Formats: sequence, C-alpha cells, structure tokens
Amino acid sequence: MTDPVVIIGASMGGLRAAESLRRFGYAGELVVVGDEPYAPYNRPPLSKEVLAAEVSHEAVAFPLRDAVADVRWILGHTAVAADVTAHTVTLDDGSVLPYSQLVIATGLRAKAAELPSGMTPGRFTIRTLDDAMALRAAITPGVRVVVSGGGFVGCETAATVRKLGADVTIVTRSTPLARVLGEEFGREIQRRQEAHGVRFIVGSCVSDVLGDDRVTGVRLDSGQTLECEVLIDAVGSLPNTEWLDGTGIDISNGVRCDEQLRALTPEGTIVADVFAIGDVARFPNPVFDDTARRVEHWNIPTECAKHIGKVIAARHRGEPEPAEPFAPVPSFWSDQFEMHILAFGLPALGTSATLVEGSLDGDCVFEYHRDGQLVGVAGIGLRSVVQGYRSKFMSTAKAA
Amino acid sequence: MIKVDVDMTKCQHYGQCVFEAPNIFRLNEDDKLEYLAEADDAERANIEAAIDVCPMQAIFILED
Repeated sequence: MTDPVVIIGASMGGLRAAESLRRFGYAGELVVVGDEPYAPYNRPPLSKEVLAAEVSHEAVAFPLRDAVADVRWILGHTAVAADVTAHTVTLDDGSVLPYSQLVIATGLRAKAAELPSGMTPGRFTIRTLDDAMALRAAITPGVRVVVSGGGFVGCETAATVRKLGADVTIVTRSTPLARVLGEEFGREIQRRQEAHGVRFIVGSCVSDVLGDDRVTGVRLDSGQTLECEVLIDAVGSLPNTEWLDGTGIDISNGVRCDEQLRALTPEGTIVADVFAIGDVARFPNPVFDDTARRVEHWNIPTECAKHIGKVIAARHRGEPEPAEPFAPVPSFWSDQFEMHILAFGLPALGTSATLVEGSLDGDCVFEYHRDGQLVGVAGIGLRSVVQGYRSKFMSTAKAA
Repeated sequence: MIKVDVDMTKCQHYGQCVFEAPNIFRLNEDDKLEYLAEADDAERANIEAAIDVCPMQAIFILED
C-alpha cells in the first residue's frame, strides 16, 4: 500500500490542493495538517467583514465538498521537521507521518516587528481568524489606532476600523501600496484615505511600543511619539519554513521551486516528491521571466493547487507528467472605503506606470510596462475596463 | 448543460470569476456581475475554477 499524499497547511491552498488531487483522479489516502484549530476558512473577510461585525468561523469556513469528505484532517498541529530521504514529516506531538508525495502549503505569518517590548496587550496582527476576532473586540468609536505598515492589509484594515469610528494613523516607510502599484497610484490611495479622515506618516516606522501593561502609544524612528490604545502590525509577513531546516530544500525566501512547483535545493536539484504551493512557494513564471518569486496574490494558491493536483495524480497513475510549466496570471483586488481596486499581472515588475483610462482623481486604469511587455494592469473602479485589458496582456506575455 | 447560480446577495463584483471563466461571467459597464445561468459542459473546468477563486464563495453549480 502506498503512503498518503500529505499536505502541510490547511488554509485555502491546502484545501484546494486536496480538492484538485481528487478532481484529477488521485483516489489514495490524503492527509492535511493545519496549525490553527479551524477547518479551512476564507481570509479576505478578516480585514473587512470579521472586523466590522460578529462573524464566526462558520460564516467564513469554506464548504467541504464531497470530493474531500474522506480527507484525514489533523488540525491544531504544526509540522516541526521533515525527512525528505525517509519521506516523513514529524508533528509537534511527536507523531511521524509517512508520505508518498509532500505538499508544502504552510503559507506566511505576520511579521512581528522586532521591537524591544514584544507583544503588549493592545497590539495586534491580522493574519488569522483569532487575530481578527481579538482586534474586533478592541475597536470602539473614538479609540486611537496606529497601523504600522502601508500595504494592502494595513490600508484595508485602516479603512474598516475608520468606518467603525476609530481615530486612525497609518505609519509607513514609503507611499502606501507604492511597492505593488507604483508611486502615483499609491499617492492617490493615500489622498482618498485622508479624505475619509485617515492620517498618514510616510517615511517613518514604529520603533518602540509605549506602555507597560498595555499599549499607550508608539515611538517612531524619527523620535516622534503618538498616543494610541491600539497598534496594528501590518508590516508584512514571513514564510513558514523553519520546519524544513536541514532538509536540503532551498528555503532562503520561501520554498524555491522549479516550473512544476517541485521543491529545489540551493544547487537547483529537484527534491524528490516534494512540492510547494501558495504564498510560501517561490517559483519562476514564464509569463514574465525565469526569476523565482513568491507571489502573495489572491488566485495563486488556487492556481498552484490545480497544477500540482494534475502532476501528482498523473505520477500516482504512473502516467507521464504534464510538461506545461506553471504559468499563472496573478489577480487581486482590494476594497477601501468607496474604492474598488482591481489588478492582474505583476504591476510591481513594471518600470513605468501609465494612466491609460479615466483621470487620477476619479476612476482610472494604469498599465505597467517592463522592456516593452505589459506586465500588469490596475484600476480604481472601472473593473470591467481592467478586465478588458486581459487580451492585450496575454498577447505580449512571454509565454503566449 | 451546467446550471450556474450566483448568490447576488453575497456577490461583491470583485471580478475574479471573470478571469477564470470569461465566457460565463462578465462585469457590465456599471461594474456589476452578469452571468449565463446555463453553460455548455465544456465550460465545467472554468466554472469550477471560478467557484474556487470567488472571494465571497457566492458561485454554485446546480446539480440535477
């Protein structure tokens, strides 16, 4: 009897991988391990609905389809080690799981900024359901909130808590969202957030938390202090790969993979029977170039899951594995106040951003180019127009 | 034929389904979702992909 396919990580990527394996005909045993006590749930509502209303796990849980009814879920446990020669994973309770194929779907965790005072009551991250529910309890009208970080999580969370009546300041090293969508786009997001009363301190970062028993304020690297009752850390995330130490897998920034999402050593050798998917996977994408990148965009876990399901199912049947490389077009969206941002591709790769539709102070669409290739499109509003750029994008894509 | 259903009380018109199944889903000029309630069987994989990426989990296939 063959050992099960073991998926480490029970978020969207892990769930979709299990479903995909079944969809492509893998009928053998499937084990999914998750560190949270919850069955897979949908994370986008965490910075929105979950903060704004009494939302429970049931409301955000993914429906478990019949196809995955016989999956063995091991929830509330973390993988602590893997032996890629013996084909086993060890969990935090000492149990050892043998695998025929291993799927790494451990995702990211919120980067707790390295502050001298550590996690004081009043300080929150927002990555898990428990994080969001804890933060919700702390948000009351008039509460003073500092959001550390001007990325998507920071901007969306700021908008949600502002709508709940909090007094909000975002502290960010650079223009919000500029790293992903460019300077001009980011400045406009800032302007519109400010119109709703969100304050920004750009060019600075939180260097210390004030207050002994609970947060009473923060000190910035500029020396400036801000009084607040709540600090939300949204300064980014770290790949959960420590459990892979010593396996020989390249975990220098997530799990380095080849174009089939097979894990690689630092020398570029395939580690037999190990795949990585989702936010934790660093993979080359022929749509753009041959540089391996981690891509934290919405559809990537699902696209990865589809790909490895096909490969592993074929492998189990002893059939030739599909030769087409993994070549997804990332897509993502963000809602902040009345702004509906929609984007696809990798706008962050663009060396130029050009306004192609509308006007910056209203609805607008930007194209992002690099070396003559359209690498991404993003808009505020005009979502149907953004969609319409898809064929232009595909026609200049490297893989087309 | 496949019967497609979208819970329009949940749909937020994020447009992720349109990327996966452009023959079935589209955003109209007002950026609101429109979709075909009946689709050819050849579209099943695309519709399933759309169901998977829907941020609001609002898309369903009605099985007979």
